[in-house]
Amino acid sequence: MDNLLQLIVSGLATGGIYALAAIGFALLWQTSQTVNFAQGEFVMIPAFFILAAMKYLSLPFWAAALLALVISLLVLGVAFKRAVVDPLLHSGFVPLVIATLGLSLFMKEGVKIFYSAEPQPFPAFDAAAKVSVFGAAVSMQSVVVLGVAVATVLALQLFVARTRTGRCMQATAQNPMVARLLGVQVDRMIQLTFLINAGLVTIASILVTPIYYASYNNGETLGMAAFIAAIVGGFNQIRGAIFGGFLLGIIDNLSAAYISAAYRSVLPLLLLVLVILFRPQGILGRVEERVL
Amino acid sequence: MNARLTRNNLVLLAIVAALLIAPLGMRSYSLNVVSTWAVMSVAAIGLNVTLGFAGQVSMAQGAFVGIGAYTVGILTAMEWPFLPCLAVAILLCLALGWIVGYPALRVRSHYLVFVTLAFTTLAYLVFRNEEWLTGGTNGIPDIPRPEMFGISFESDLAYCYFCLLNLAWVSAAVMWLVNSPWGLAFLALRENPVKAQALGVDTRRYTLVAFALGSALGGIAGTLYAPLVAYIDDNAFTLNLSLNLMLMVMVGGSGRLIGPYLGALVVVVLPELLRIAGDYYLMGYGALIVLLMIFCPSGLAGLPETLRARRGATP
Repeated sequence: MDNLLQLIVSGLATGGIYALAAIGFALLWQTSQTVNFAQGEFVMIPAFFILAAMKYLSLPFWAAALLALVISLLVLGVAFKRAVVDPLLHSGFVPLVIATLGLSLFMKEGVKIFYSAEPQPFPAFDAAAKVSVFGAAVSMQSVVVLGVAVATVLALQLFVARTRTGRCMQATAQNPMVARLLGVQVDRMIQLTFLINAGLVTIASILVTPIYYASYNNGETLGMAAFIAAIVGGFNQIRGAIFGGFLLGIIDNLSAAYISAAYRSVLPLLLLVLVILFRPQGILGRVEERVL
Repeated sequence: MNARLTRNNLVLLAIVAALLIAPLGMRSYSLNVVSTWAVMSVAAIGLNVTLGFAGQVSMAQGAFVGIGAYTVGILTAMEWPFLPCLAVAILLCLALGWIVGYPALRVRSHYLVFVTLAFTTLAYLVFRNEEWLTGGTNGIPDIPRPEMFGISFESDLAYCYFCLLNLAWVSAAVMWLVNSPWGLAFLALRENPVKAQALGVDTRRYTLVAFALGSALGGIAGTLYAPLVAYIDDNAFTLNLSLNLMLMVMVGGSGRLIGPYLGALVVVVLPELLRIAGDYYLMGYGALIVLLMIFCPSGLAGLPETLRARRGATP
């Protein structure tokens, strides 16, 4: 029982990270129909910005993290949209998929060449410390990760639901044409979602990298998890992506413990296929009423 | 128009002649590059049927190449000759392709990408874990090259011609298919499924047929691939292969007959050429893909038109 609880808490922690990546993924889709196949690499790379800033500029961790956030916002938020997404938006769905795939290869190989092919240790909060949750010993790290992820998600929800800009963003996601007619600056809102995505992946990167170490191929599993979480939960809802992320995290941890390790990665995929076949709008999603 | 057609025919003739003569003067390394190009072209032609002509996005083509390759690997180890292996691979991939097509009846575009992606991952895990059948991570060694009608295709040169021969019949068959009523039905399916259905095209059936045929061509590519490299293991058929095949179709020009050949040329040969850049080659390759998609989203086959349109726009 303790063991189960432990698995669930660490599953929730992993799930929180998945959720952050999945929310960004879903946001890009909602506002600009961008399916970002480089999302996993987007989560991988801020950790290397931090490592590089600490190594070459000898900055302390917090300053390096801030610098990494700024770089991520500029590169993954602004440059990605202007240079890759904007020119491709009008050529349809598949060219953009291929371009983001190319981009993911570029980022992976770039990190491998310019930083290192070996996994790098990454500064973490005190990982060895344990806290007791309902009698089960849970690592401090899981608790911190879960706390930060939940706080980020809550802040984002508040922003989207309670502020004027947030609601304009929602309007853009639901129907860009009507939003434009009502005076929403649609282009600016789309840019904003790309910036939010860049922020989310930076936070996810800082949370996940101490667990897996910083490695150029971290993005492969993370990207896949983000896609599955976003689709399973519901592509057109932020809370769908959150739910999907946590669900996937728990399934991941439980299946690793209780089902054969060899076919561990099949379970999320099976869930994905079932959801797509029987509830394509996602578990929490609504049928898209949007007319393009 | 007529003069153009003959010019195109002449170019085609020249290319075919070059493909027939050039291998004679090649060393083993170049022969293998040409054979790989031919094999990947077959797989890309298959994906071009599914994606380019029928408009169904599939990330499962690499899995079918794997299924074809493992079919040959397993059956030749049981002393089967090549042709029956090929037949089994084709039938198996037809059937599995038909099944993978079912989700396409319910969902399109990005959802279909993920369903087919899941199939590829599942196939990879079976290759990796079912040791009794596939040899697991040890793979299957010593896959023999075929011997048919008293001719042995053992040498690199002979096998290169064997691959080109297969590419030729596949090309002819697909050219015929595209101009047949089936091909027209595929185009209708891609351009406007609702209208197609209203006009009496059985979209359900043609979607499944498009998947099955494309997958079968993937299987054929697999049966050629296994004897070419003589050793297969799970790592050859990861998601990367499916992505690469998708890349070939898009880079070459999706929905164009010439596209897969050009795309396979870029994806197979370009990395070999970029090797002079040493460690940077994969990175440069990734960047090139992004640039190519930005500046020429309709692929290399569409490049002349894109250029003409651009020149027309800014005289």
